[in-house]
Formats: sequence, structure tokens, C-alpha cells
Amino acid sequence: MTTKPARPVATARPAPAPKVVEKDASMLKQKAMMAAHYDRLSDAPETGAKVCSTFVPGNLNELVMCFDLLNNLPEVNAIQSGLRRQSGSYVLEAEKIGHSEDVCTYVKSDLGMMAKGNIGPNGRRLPDPDVLLLSYTGCFTFMKWFELLREQYKCPTIMLHTPYMGDGKITPNMIQYMVKQLKEEVIPALERVSGVKFDIDRLREYLKKSAEAEDDLVWVLQSARKRPSPIDAYFGGIYYIGPIFGAFRGTDDAIDYYRFLREEIADRLAKGEGPVTPDGDMGSERYRLVVEGPPNYTNFRQFWKMFYDEGAVVVASSYTKVGGTYDLGFRHDPAKPLETLAEYCLGVYTNRSLPMRVEMLSKYVEEYEADGLLINSIKSCNSFSAGQLLIMREVERRTGKPAAFIETDLVDPRYFSAANVKNRLDSYFQMIEQKRGGARPVKEAAA
Amino acid sequence: MKTFVGIDLGSTTTKAVLLDEGGAVLGRGITNSRSNYGTATRVASEEARIDARFTLFRRELQGAREASDIDEFLGALERAFRLEQFLEQLADLEQTCLAQIQGERFETAADGVREVLAEVFRQLRAEAPALFAPGAKRKSDFFRDLAGSRYLAIAEDVARAAGVPYNLVVNVYDKSIIAVENRPPSGNLSEKFRRALDRMLAGGSASGAGAREVQGPIERALGIDLDETWLVGTGYGRVTLPFSKEHIRSEILCHGLGAHMMYPNTRTVLDIGGQDTKGIQVDPRGIVENFQMNDRCAAGCGRYLGYIADEMNMGLHELGPMAMQSDKPARINSTCTVFAGAELRDRLALGEKREDIIAGLHRAIVLRAMSILSRSGGVSDEFTFTGGVAKNEAAVRELRKLVQENYGEVTINIDPDSIYTGALGAAEFARRAAAGEAAPTELAGDVS
Amino acid sequence: MSTGSNGKANGHPSAAQIVERAQALYEDLSFTSARRWKSADESRKVVGYMPIYVPREIVHAAGALPLGILGGGDQMEVIHGDAYYQSYICRIPRSTIELGVTGRLDFVDGMLFPSICDVIRNLSGMWKLMFPQVYVRYFDVPQNYADEIGGNYYANELSELREDLGRLAGREITDDDLRRSITIYNENRRLVRELYRLRAECPWNAPAPEVYLVLRAGLVLPVEEHSAMLRDYIAAARAEERPIRDNCRVVVTGVFCEQPPLNLIKSLELAGCYVVDDDLMLVTRWLTEDVPTDGDPLQNLAAAFLHHSENTAAKYEPDQGKKGKYLVEAVRRSGAEGVIFASPSFCDPALLERPMLQHVLKDAGIPYIAFKYAENSGQMQPIREQAGTFSDSIKLWSGA
Repeated sequence: MTTKPARPVATARPAPAPKVVEKDASMLKQKAMMAAHYDRLSDAPETGAKVCSTFVPGNLNELVMCFDLLNNLPEVNAIQSGLRRQSGSYVLEAEKIGHSEDVCTYVKSDLGMMAKGNIGPNGRRLPDPDVLLLSYTGCFTFMKWFELLREQYKCPTIMLHTPYMGDGKITPNMIQYMVKQLKEEVIPALERVSGVKFDIDRLREYLKKSAEAEDDLVWVLQSARKRPSPIDAYFGGIYYIGPIFGAFRGTDDAIDYYRFLREEIADRLAKGEGPVTPDGDMGSERYRLVVEGPPNYTNFRQFWKMFYDEGAVVVASSYTKVGGTYDLGFRHDPAKPLETLAEYCLGVYTNRSLPMRVEMLSKYVEEYEADGLLINSIKSCNSFSAGQLLIMREVERRTGKPAAFIETDLVDPRYFSAANVKNRLDSYFQMIEQKRGGARPVKEAAA
Repeated sequence: MKTFVGIDLGSTTTKAVLLDEGGAVLGRGITNSRSNYGTATRVASEEARIDARFTLFRRELQGAREASDIDEFLGALERAFRLEQFLEQLADLEQTCLAQIQGERFETAADGVREVLAEVFRQLRAEAPALFAPGAKRKSDFFRDLAGSRYLAIAEDVARAAGVPYNLVVNVYDKSIIAVENRPPSGNLSEKFRRALDRMLAGGSASGAGAREVQGPIERALGIDLDETWLVGTGYGRVTLPFSKEHIRSEILCHGLGAHMMYPNTRTVLDIGGQDTKGIQVDPRGIVENFQMNDRCAAGCGRYLGYIADEMNMGLHELGPMAMQSDKPARINSTCTVFAGAELRDRLALGEKREDIIAGLHRAIVLRAMSILSRSGGVSDEFTFTGGVAKNEAAVRELRKLVQENYGEVTINIDPDSIYTGALGAAEFARRAAAGEAAPTELAGDVS
Repeated sequence: MSTGSNGKANGHPSAAQIVERAQALYEDLSFTSARRWKSADESRKVVGYMPIYVPREIVHAAGALPLGILGGGDQMEVIHGDAYYQSYICRIPRSTIELGVTGRLDFVDGMLFPSICDVIRNLSGMWKLMFPQVYVRYFDVPQNYADEIGGNYYANELSELREDLGRLAGREITDDDLRRSITIYNENRRLVRELYRLRAECPWNAPAPEVYLVLRAGLVLPVEEHSAMLRDYIAAARAEERPIRDNCRVVVTGVFCEQPPLNLIKSLELAGCYVVDDDLMLVTRWLTEDVPTDGDPLQNLAAAFLHHSENTAAKYEPDQGKKGKYLVEAVRRSGAEGVIFASPSFCDPALLERPMLQHVLKDAGIPYIAFKYAENSGQMQPIREQAGTFSDSIKLWSGA
């Protein structure tokens, strides 16, 4: 009897012909918003707008807007540099001027970008900040980062210290401490820098808008509970969180965007469609994952492709909670404007204790009916990474679902080894498949 | 008959395993990976098919002769066959070398080089039988290793005597060897076996007495077609494996399954290879439950021992025995390959004994492996240790000690052929895939 | 192991005897002396703490023994600890976990994890998950130095700690308990400062490895015993007449958390550098002035923290003009000629702080070198070479 030709040599799938991918409309809208903001920043020297640099976790955008300040986020700049493949040279530049190869690459990407002319993603120079709002939440490195920037810019620097939720709870002492800092130091300093008098009603107005957009964001993120998930809550989620984690929270733009996004996702949901990927619609959903940790930006597309090529969709992620844990119920509350800002800062993901993180991730695995937890461990970020191997073990134990561990970096391309990552991912996917009890279907490669 | 092939493409060697329909191992083959995975795959599976023939010979001969006779006979046949194959590749090398004699630099020396080549290959052929004589030790079975050093040694003398520039003779060799290596022996295998048998019989070897009666079984075995029903490839280089997606399985899964097939009670597998270290937990069916690998830093893998051997000017295989001489291993805290050399020199300069340092290095590697095991979920009974480092007695000694200290009494399995673990698992995946394949296809046909 | 009593000749132990005892404590990874202390009375509790600072007075006031946990050093093999950390994370949390999972800390009733960096911060949560029977607290401190803001917050944190430790010890911690403990620690800090002054004056008589060991003993001994040891050592070192070497004088900085191997400290001196100040074990002298013993003890501890405490990378410096000046002051105060930045590999606070400190030193015309280490570094040759070259260049420069 004759058998099928078994020799598979050189029958690898031909690379798909480059096709024009219809981007989802929400993404185009998001990109336009981000571009407009970068232009506002670049225009600042002409418009006379003052610039406040701050961080994504603990971003007090509503407050910043009360003083007519433009919000500039060095973290987001570093991400943009990563996506544009500039970060590698920025990191090297920072190391050249004396920064250790061991330390956070976000910081080095930012410092290297400054050293090389501070050119933003729009190809134009980013303005020097008029004030550094050191909203110190969930990461010690933030403090050093802004001390380093202060050394360079010699501009006023305002510390807002957020205590860590070491015992898994927010105490009245923490809230009082933060509200006091806001009242007695942060707000007066912002008034001095901006020349604008603080108006608490203006803050309330912004906070109300924040909450409205937050509702829609949560709806979108939780749509991933459905099968198939209409979104990828990690790779796609990164686009969704852009406006609300950045300079748009509290604006009408954000309300519009999240309403629009929600409608778009509702539509996909109604049609039973899966997520949109850079190569168009994803094929059938085969693996549902919860992902812990930031993504890699230097090889973002390649990284994402390793998932969607295998039908793996991320249904929940912790990274999309670094700028606020809205899905756990928090909303900005105009009724208690300063307290709500404090609570917001206290609740961001990286300010949560390890037991809280384990709890949250385990809950995600269960509520989103995931096949397991994948940790992308980032060389750069000790706040995320230190302890992740225990998190993995604990979530595995609690959920009974297999977990896996890969290692990359946010913006340092030296820490992204495609073969290494793919090796582990494929092993993980095949392990899930095998554990389901069925042999891997052989014919799906044609899909 | 149907056969199922597993290929494990490693960074240094490529392994192939051939299974029959019942899941029994028919043959195994290994070759150096070169820079060409396609060729390495072809050569390794060819080697596995050759090995499979010997299995089939044995099956045919069984009952007809005494077991010890069969061993002796097959041993002789294999030597004769290897010699045949070697001579064939030698002929290929000679032709290839001759074809290289062209161009400006050979303008005046071409004839001289040709004469030298003729003499060199005459000598190589003449000494070839001794290479495959009973009891002869070959440092390697790869053609390049066997032919290369002898070619260069003989050529130096011959060229000098002939007054031909040695570098020209080396040059033609260098240009030819890769081509020859990448051109696996192509001749008809059965014919080669027959020639080998003839050579044996003509040589009147010990088995000659009953020679005639073996020809029947041998011919019957040669008459069996080995169909390659399905193939699965694995290996760290999988991203560039020369197979399509449905023919690829993760090395972790292959390794876990392979270890399970060798030792069905395996629950934990440790593999220390050249580039990475893996800790794998498998369930009673050989399904992977958890795995961990060393991170992007390759410290503490087999390659580290390679650096140390180079640094000490020793052979890789001498390290283990030297470490065994130590009863007081030095405490080495870094398994960083970048610092290995410096740390070594520093310690030697401080007067520490070589064997203690080397023993300390072995312990350091095993400590790292213990951490990876701990990360993957610890060590459960039974524990199977595979990979190149599993052949190193000093590493094994430390591992036994540490496993005992940390996990108590655990059965530790080490198979001398553990290098084939991944390929074995891959072959089993191939067997299962082929078994499960028909159904979905037919089903799909029915539905549509 | 020698003890304080059997080492005494003429009533006073020699420097060598004291150091021998301190070294035995240092090498004992099972914390035998703390175990012995605890077993003497079954009501006794032991509360571990990591760098950089905790108010040991409160632990002491609860009748408990504060026990400094500084990792496993270079003599402990780490197997399970490594299983919890990626290669790019420093060593101290690994070896600390190893201490925990191998039962070496099984007598410790509570663990305090100070606010020093994200790694130690996260370790507090890991400890909660791994050792649920142990009282664990992440000890947060303010980065705001106004009495009404950071001060109030900190006093409340201290008050929570006081309640927790009181519960752990099974007794209420009264203000008088606290005042008594503050007095005892004031004395201990005075002695530590005196030891540091002595070394700065005549480093040949109080070599860095000895000072290190004597200081380190204070992390495992009851404070009263440690003060006695300090007194004895200071007296003995004063009386020594050791040969003066032609060494340069340096301040070592960056060593505030993960410990440099003892060999590293020895290597610096062998290479020609007298260490005249450092930021080792800052907890022993974190509060730079006596804490008042009258009034509200917690308010006093809070005020001391806000206004009279050491500067280091883990603390925010609100005033750019003052940034890093503490290091220049340390150089001036100790009469040092240069600074050695010794930073643990992957230590974010030390390594991110380093360039800023270097800029300040550069402006002040103070020379420096920098290298990294790990608590288990085995290789000292490169460090000896660098320190030796540094020493030579300083001597050449000052001789010119």
C-alpha cells in the first residue's frame, strides 16, 4: 500500500502576500487622538502651553487639566520609541552616558531620547517640561527617573507619594496622607507653575467625564468573557487603554472614543467575530489566555503574531490595569474629588501586593474561562517581575490550569529573542492542547 | 512496512528515530547539524534507516542462529557496511577535490596537485579497512572527522615529498568537504549491504562458515520496504525547521514523551543540553504538565563545560573524570560563561587544585539545574536525566547527591542513549499523528 | 565559637577576640545565638527585618529580638531561592528565600520588609504567601518630610506597627517601654558613630573588615549585648598599635542592601584603600541624632526620621540643590580622598542613583571609581586591580 508523501521538507507555508488590512475604525480614531496630542506637545513652545510630565500609574490627568497644563508621559514616549524601533539606540546612548546596563530600560530610553534631541513620534521635538509631577505609585524607579530628569531640566518637581498596599487594603491613614499631600503641596505647586487658580468644581467636572469613559472601557474589556472573545485584551487592549491611561481621561474625546469603541465591539460580538489583528481577522479561537506583565514593544507585531497565528487570544491582562483597576469597580467619583484621586493612585495594579495580584489573576483565569496564565516577564520592571515566578505557581495551584513563563523586555531589543519566545509559547500551546486530551488536529495548518 | 520518523534538530547534532507501527524502535541515526538542517535531517534519517535494516536483519535471523552468533555476524556486517560507505564517500571526496583544481593559482601546480591527490587517496583507501577492523576505535563516526585529519596528515607528507605547495592541497580539501558532507551517500542501500556481505564473505570472516545460510534472511530483510509514513521534527531551531507546521512539535513535549517511552514511570525530566537546560514534569501518560527552561542567559548549560575545557586545554570528555578525582569541590558561585575563564585563572593563580575547581564547576551547573527543576515543580519519582551532560559522571554524582538531599529517595534513570530522547518522542508523535490523521480527513470529506 | 566571657583576659577582650566572636556570628547561617536567646524564655519573639531601616525600638519595646536578615552571603548554596527569580534580579531576595525554605528562619515570628525597592517590597507579599504563619509587614515610610503630612502618616504607621507587635508579643507596648528602648538604641547609635569616627581617625587600628563584622553582630545580638561589644571593641582598637600603611582613604557607597562579600571589603584594604566611611547596615545609625526620650515616643521617632536621618538612594530628595550632597559631606567629614561606588548587580536604587552622585562628586572635584558585585561574588581580582589603581592614582595626584 502506498502512503501519503511524508517528506514535508520545504512545504512551509508561503508568506502571506502583503495585503491591505482594513484597520478597525476605533484604532484609526485612537491614532488620530494620540497624534493630535503629540502635536499639541510639539506646538507648546509656540502656543505657550505649559507642560507637565508625569506617569501612567498614578496619572492625575483631571488635576493636570485643571491648571491648563499639557500632560506628557515619558513612559508612553518610551513605548513609542520602542514601536518605532528607536529605543535600542536610545538605551545604548543612555548607557554610554553612564547608566548601568542593569537598570530599567524605560528610563534609559527616555534619557537616551533626550540626549538625542528629544524627537517625539511625530518627528518633532518634544518640549521641555515646566513641571515634573512625580506621582510615585507602584514603582520605586519612578522616583529616580524624575530625579534624573530634574537634574537635567532643573524644573520644579512635585512629589506625590502613594503608599503601597502591602496589607491588601487602603487605610484611612493612607487616604489622609495623600489628600494632605494634594491639598498642601501638589495643588499649590501646580498653581505656582501654571499661574492658574485651582477650581475644585472644574476638577469635579473632569472626574465625571472620566467615570463615563471608564464605564465603557470596562464593558469593552469584559466583552472578552464571551466565546469567541471579540477583543484581544492584551495586544489589542494596549490600544484601548491608550487614551484613558494618558492625556485624555476626563475629556469629551475620551467619552466619544470609548463609546465608539464599545459600539464597534458590540457589533463584532453580535456577529460572533474574534479580535482584529494586524493581519486582519484572527482565525478561530483555540486558546484563551490571561497574561501578566507588560508586552514587548520593540517586536510588538512579531510577538503578537506568535499568538494569533496559533489562534491564541488574550482574554484578560494585568498590564491593562496599570493605569487603573476600573474592572474591579473603581470609578473616579466627583463627589469626593481629592479622595478619589488618592484611591485611584492606591489601586493601580503595580501598587497591589503580591497576594492581591495572585487573587486578581486567578479570578481572571476563572471568570474569563482561560486555558491558563502566561507571564511575560520584563527585564526592565522589577515592580512587575520580582515575584512573578511565585505568582505563576500560586495561580496554577489555585486554578488548576497550566501556566507558562516567557522573558522579554519592554523597549530593549537586546532582550527579545524571537526563537526563545516562540519555542516556549509553542510548547505552552501544545501542552494545553495535549492536556485537553485530544491529539492535536493535524489538518488545521491549512487554516 | 510503515515507519514513523522523529527528527530532533539540535544546535550541534541532529538525531533521527524510526518507529514501526507498534511503536518499537527500528533504528536511530545521528549526524552533525552543519549549518544546513535540511541535509542534517536527510543524513540522520538515512542513518536511522540503515540502523533499521540491522534491526530487520536481526528479526529475520532470530531463531535461525545463536544470539551471540547473530551479534558477531551483525557486528561484522556493520563494519563492512561502514567501510563500504566510507569508501564511497572517499571516492566522492576525491572527485570533488579534483574538480576544484582550476583557476589561476593552480596554473603551474595543477598536475602536481593531481598526483598528490591520487597518492593521498590511494593511501586513505589502503588504510580504510583498518579503521573498520574489529575492535578498532574511531574517535567519531562522522565522515568529516574520520577522513579530515588523516587527509591533512597524509597530504602534508606527500606534498612535501612531491614538492607541491601543501596549502593548495589543503585548499581543495576545504572547498570540497562541506559539499561532500552535504551530499549524503546516495547509492542504493540494498546494493551496499550486498556488497558489504560479499566483502565479508570474501574476507572469510569468522562467520564465514554459515555464510550461505544468512543470505536468505538478509535478502528477505532487504526486501521489506520502509515507507516513511509520517515525520515529526523538533528541536530548538524549530523556527527555521525545514518542515511544515503539521510536522513540527515542541521539543519540550517531544522530550517529555520520549522520556516517558524510555521509562514509563518518569514524572520529572531534566535535560541539560548544549544551549539550554529544561525541567519537565510529565503525567503518567507522558503528557507535559509543567516545564521550565533556563532564561535567556545560557549560564550553566553544557556549553559552559565546553568553554571550561577550552580554557583548560582539555577535551570535553576529560572534565568529568578529572572532577571525580576531587573530594573537596571548590565553591564556584558564578556559572556565567563570560566570567568562567577569568574565574578559573584567578583560582588557579591562587593555588587551588585543578580537580577541585573542575568539580566545583560541575556542582555549579547542577545547582543551576536544580533551581530550574525547583521552578518547574521539583523532582518526583521517577526522575529521568537526559542530554549530553547526563554522560558526565561528575555531574551525575552531584545531581544524585543534591536530589537525595532535597527530595529524598528517588529513582534516577539515565539512559546511555538519552541523546535520542527528543527524537524518540517526535517519532511517537508522528506515529500518533498518522493514526489520527485518516479520520479527520475522511470525516471532512464526508461532511462536504 | 568564642563568647564574650571566655574571651576576656584582664577583664577586657582583645580586638582579635571580639572580631573572632563577631565573625562566628556572621558565619552562622542558622542564627544559633538568636535561637538560643529565644529559647531561654518561651514568651520571647523574634522579628526579622531587611535593609534598609526599621524602628527597632518598637520591636525591642515589645520584648522581642529584632533580627537583621541580610541574605545568605557567599557561603550558602542557593537552589530553591533561584527558582523564584529571573536572572536579572539581584541576589539578596533569592538567598533570603533560601534561608526561609530551608528552615533557617523557622524560629522567626515576624518579618518586616522596609521600603527600599520594588524587589524587597514584592518579597513582603511573597513572604505572606510562602510563610502564612509568620507576621509580615511591608514597612512603608513617607517620602514627604513635612511634619503635618509625612510626619502624621508615619506616626500612624508606627502606631499600627506598635499594635501589631504588641499583639504578636502578647503584651501592650507602653510609652514607657518605648522610651526605655529609645534610650538603649540612642546609646547603641552613639557607639556606632563613635566607632565610625575612630575608624576615620585611625583606620589602621580599626580595619574595615573588623568594623564590618562588629557592626554586623549588631543585627543578630540583643542591642544591650551589642553595645557592650562596641564598647569593648572601641577600647581595644584604640589601644592597638598596628602599622600604618600608605593607603588612600575612601568612602564606599552603594552597599546599603545586598552585602558585599567579606572578601571584597578585605580586598579593598589589601589593594591600598582604607575605608573611612560607608553606607553599610544603615539601620545601625539611620537616625543621626539622639531621639528625645521625653514626650510622645512615636512622634519623636517620626520627627527623627523626617529631620535627622541618613540619606540614601531609597529616599527622595525634595531639594535639587541638596541632591547627593550627603556623599560630599561624608567625604569631607571622614577626610576621604575618593569614593568607591560598589553596587550590587541589578540594584535599581544604587545604580540609578549612581550617575547623579557621580555628577555631584565631579563638581566637587572628588575622584571615584565604580564596580558591581553580588553577595556571592567569588572573584576579587578585578576589584583588587581597580581599587589598587585608584589608590595609586590618588597618591600620585595628591603627591603632585
